[in-house]
Amino acid sequence: MNAARIGTAGDVGIVPTGVANLEAVRSAFRRLGRTPRVLDSAVDIERAEYVVLPGVGSFADGMAELRRRGWEEALRRRVESLRPTLGICLGLQLLCDASDEAPGIPGLGCISGRSVRLAGAGRVPQLGWNGIVAPSEAVFLRPGIVYFANSYRLEEVPAGWTGATGRHGTRFVAGFERGGVLACQFHPELSGRIGAALLNRWLEEAPAAAEASEGLTDRARMAAAC
Amino acid sequence: MLNVRVIPCLDVKDGRVVKGIRFANLADQGDPAALARRYERQGADEIVILDVSATADGRLARFETIGRVRDEISIPLTVGGGVRTVEDGGALLQAGADRVSVNTAAVEQPALLAGLSSRFGAQCAVLALDAARAPSNGCPSGFEVLTHSGRNRTGLDAAEWARRATEMGAGEVLLTSFDRDGTRSGYDLALIGAIREAVPVPIVASGGGAHPGHMRAAVDAGADAVLAASIFHQGDWSIGRLKDRLQQLGVAVRR
Repeated sequence: MNAARIGTAGDVGIVPTGVANLEAVRSAFRRLGRTPRVLDSAVDIERAEYVVLPGVGSFADGMAELRRRGWEEALRRRVESLRPTLGICLGLQLLCDASDEAPGIPGLGCISGRSVRLAGAGRVPQLGWNGIVAPSEAVFLRPGIVYFANSYRLEEVPAGWTGATGRHGTRFVAGFERGGVLACQFHPELSGRIGAALLNRWLEEAPAAAEASEGLTDRARMAAAC
Repeated sequence: MLNVRVIPCLDVKDGRVVKGIRFANLADQGDPAALARRYERQGADEIVILDVSATADGRLARFETIGRVRDEISIPLTVGGGVRTVEDGGALLQAGADRVSVNTAAVEQPALLAGLSSRFGAQCAVLALDAARAPSNGCPSGFEVLTHSGRNRTGLDAAEWARRATEMGAGEVLLTSFDRDGTRSGYDLALIGAIREAVPVPIVASGGGAHPGHMRAAVDAGADAVLAASIFHQGDWSIGRLKDRLQQLGVAVRR
């Protein structure tokens, strides 16, 4: 059973958003020697050492699934305490306040920011391999060529986060990190060796990075102390 | 800047990779998982699997093949074959696909594209468009849509259909020239140009590409990615050597 394995050291739990390429994410972690489990309860979101929030689908459907399962609060607590949590593509956008893709539907709201439609000279959706730049102080993110499949973007790296950016007609946020939390607009699970190396760094460094960080809010600090 | 993708295509029948000419006379080319692994190592940017007998057999692309390929590769995997419903698309994603392509069923029920796109996003809904030259049957673009692996001529204008399909939500057109398929005579540049004028989304050129010059011409005609099969399966070009040459020709590729 899934639940029996969650809670052991080093376990990776994947949130079934209902609109994700789950198997691609699972196989990427298997290649790194892990045995990822698809999560089936809010308790497991609390217990898992690592949690992945993947997504290829629509913002509205992804949020509806998290709400239906009643997992919003557990995910918020993880992110606000900066525990090892990885958002991929739609997963990055779900961590934020909102998206123009689904007006009126709030995101998890852990991070302030709103996704807007890609515009400018680049074709939409952005499909393929694009270069990103990352600041040297980033623990996980590095410059390189990675795989994107998106129609929406964040315009600015959220305040207080370390971010990578790219250009597709216009500048966009390629990813950001803080503590043990990493959010990627691109797909590390589909970005070949560079993607695998990024996932590996996150697995190796995120627990210590989470320990060394203070959390986003007083509430998160209190939750982490419990 | 986005790089031009080089995409090997695995036409799969009964769990084996096959390749023919104009969708016929299929010959065995090897094991899908072994070929996919080799192509990723050579520098492939994406893998496309088309289960070419799925629609005729009235079934969905085989999950077992998709799962075996998925386990081998850490690059995107697009899968087509027999998708008739949004649930079919979800099942392919669950089996290991990242993106789903539809051909016959989209022509028969265009709402399928809207359904796939609104649930899984436009980037996940690929229109596989097989087109043939049809100068005398009233198609304004001169190209006609084929379905059922090329056996059925629809009379639909290819450019008009591509425009409608992307309005419904298709996020990419995998554009195969039936006339050029397997012939190694170059992509049909007029076809690429006609579809480029009709749609704003990425186009994958397919059918006839045999060397880097063909690929450069397809990019100039409006393609965002180039797909080939025979030249990779039969060892004429490794993807690495092909990309070296493309780079020399001024095409931006991922190295």
